[in-house]
Amino acid sequence: MIANDNYTQRISDEFARFHADLKSQAPAWLTGLRREGFRRFEKAGFPTTRQEEWRFTNVKRIAETEFALAEISPPLSRETISPFVLDEDYLRLVFVNGHYVGELSATGAAPDGAVVCNLSAALADHPALIEDHLGQLVSDDNACFAALNSAFIRDGAFVHVPRGVVIERPIHLLFISTDNSSPTASHPRNLIIAQPETQATIIESYVGLNAGVYLTNAVTEISVAENAVVDHYKLQQESAHGYHVATTHVRQQRTSRFSSHYFSLGGQLVRNEVDVTLDDEGCECTLNGLYIAAGDQHMDSRTRIDHAKPHCNSYELYKGILDERSKGVFNGIIYVHPDAQKTDAKQSNRVLLLSDDAVIDTKPQLEIYADDVKCTHGATVGQIDETALFYLRSRGITEDLARSLLVYAFANEIANELKLEAVREHVERFLLTGQSLPEL
Amino acid sequence: MLEIKDLHARVEEAEILRGINLTVNAGEVHAIMGPNGSGKSTLAHVLAGREDYEITRGEVVFQGKNLLEMEVDERAGEGVFLAYQYPVEIPGVSTKYFLKAALNSIRKYRGEKRSDTGEFLKLVKEKMKLLGMDKSLLDRGVNEGFSGGEKKRNEIFQMAVLQPKLAILDETDSGLDIDALRIVADGVNSLRSADRAIIVVTHYQRLLEYIVPDKVHVLADGRIVRSGDKTLALELEEQGYALVEGDRESVLSPT
Repeated sequence: MIANDNYTQRISDEFARFHADLKSQAPAWLTGLRREGFRRFEKAGFPTTRQEEWRFTNVKRIAETEFALAEISPPLSRETISPFVLDEDYLRLVFVNGHYVGELSATGAAPDGAVVCNLSAALADHPALIEDHLGQLVSDDNACFAALNSAFIRDGAFVHVPRGVVIERPIHLLFISTDNSSPTASHPRNLIIAQPETQATIIESYVGLNAGVYLTNAVTEISVAENAVVDHYKLQQESAHGYHVATTHVRQQRTSRFSSHYFSLGGQLVRNEVDVTLDDEGCECTLNGLYIAAGDQHMDSRTRIDHAKPHCNSYELYKGILDERSKGVFNGIIYVHPDAQKTDAKQSNRVLLLSDDAVIDTKPQLEIYADDVKCTHGATVGQIDETALFYLRSRGITEDLARSLLVYAFANEIANELKLEAVREHVERFLLTGQSLPEL
Repeated sequence: MLEIKDLHARVEEAEILRGINLTVNAGEVHAIMGPNGSGKSTLAHVLAGREDYEITRGEVVFQGKNLLEMEVDERAGEGVFLAYQYPVEIPGVSTKYFLKAALNSIRKYRGEKRSDTGEFLKLVKEKMKLLGMDKSLLDRGVNEGFSGGEKKRNEIFQMAVLQPKLAILDETDSGLDIDALRIVADGVNSLRSADRAIIVVTHYQRLLEYIVPDKVHVLADGRIVRSGDKTLALELEEQGYALVEGDRESVLSPT
């Protein structure tokens, strides 16, 4: 625990205020969830690099910054948010500094019985459903940031897909942080429930409009029931001084499919965890990721896949591109439980280092307690392929442009695979602009 | 167009080219043949600008300019094109994007205007038809998952789009079946013109039945040991490289 008693006291005071403000409106179970979250946060404290899980990511900067809970700011115009709206046809929930803004959202036309709205509104209409699910997938006693998020649960997205329903329009959750005179924190909490035989596509975007320091500490829980299909995309594009800490917890039931596509493209200090439990037979899970860092950015990507039952497949590919003095961390655990025979798990982390000062700590891990499984994992760290560089140059392309093209190509292998056209184009544009390449 | 004088090149301590002299005029097709390890591919790569080789002596003048002083991409801008024996796969960059970048880079080098998308696509589709290639290739990664034959065909396709002044084909025939060989040869033949020179580097005479050369040179031990017209290739076919082994003896010990 980082000794900063003043700050801990401050968070404690803030929690007391927050709690008092909301207690009268909140059901007892929610008050309990917040209290329990705070208790666990107090017990765990901010992690230090002496803890294995945090060995390569020092959060001292977060622990020592006195964040105040972000207040809702003056209203944003549609023009301001338009660069982040991926597709006008998508269902959209917009949050500014963690607060839901209905005027910027588009929630109409969800199919029969499906609910796509903000969590605090859903609390009024669907209390039992939320009580049954909220906090169910987050249990790790040591998860300081998730506990802090639970302590400060106020709003986020709520999606409920009732049995047999297919939501064809992707659901875009847009979280915007705006300028504040002093450091602020928001703790978005998202709950996605896909009931049996359903289908949904969720996109989480995190963007910053501010020049100052702020913290986004998000938790998303996704329950994927029997035979359900959920595709999850995340675009992390916080601004230059943004700290982004987030966990996505997923539990999959029998023969369900889940895919996660994570793009870490912004922020100063970023830690993202995706934690999937394959809790019944015949599940399939794909976790892909791309992190691109330069300057002094620090990006930590952590995944855990628990193969708890037999006959499940998981595929994982994370790629990183690190330039200048940036630092990347990849930690991927595949845990195959004794019962999980016939597991097929593939995991790979590939990293491109573009400067001598960039650093990657990569740690793919397999822990296998079943004896009839097929598991592979690996990590490669490299520079630009000189043979490919020569090939491009021998076709007239200048060295600078050829290098940019090869960086783009490396990243694009992940982006190319995206089913959602608007997301793919958004990422491709980011990649092309980032490499100063002309449009396609 | 191209004048190579007393060219010596080595990799680390091994001297591979030991005094090449060769003049190629516009409109001509030259075949360079020779046994494995004779330096054929090295010559092709040295002309394209590969940096693994150290030029220890000699000069190469291309259209009045010192080719050896130019960067790799400048050589392409000047009109040099190497069709690779082993083309590189670049997943993640579509053939379309790659070719447009190449074409516009060369145009920029020459101070010409950029090709717009409409004009570019028209050019590309016309050349694909010439080589019997499927349009879907444009959106695939460069050479990604291609068979050996497809890669070679793609090299000639690039050559057709970029319209070089000097094309060097490095063992373009190796590993091709007869159908693929014909397509590739037809593509090359369609590019023969009065203002373009082509150097065909090959181990086998077979390709030269389809791309009939004006001159044939035999390379052995880093030197051109014999030059002649297309009949030299036939002679080699009949007698094998023993023919030049004998010559080499006479070169090495002129008694």
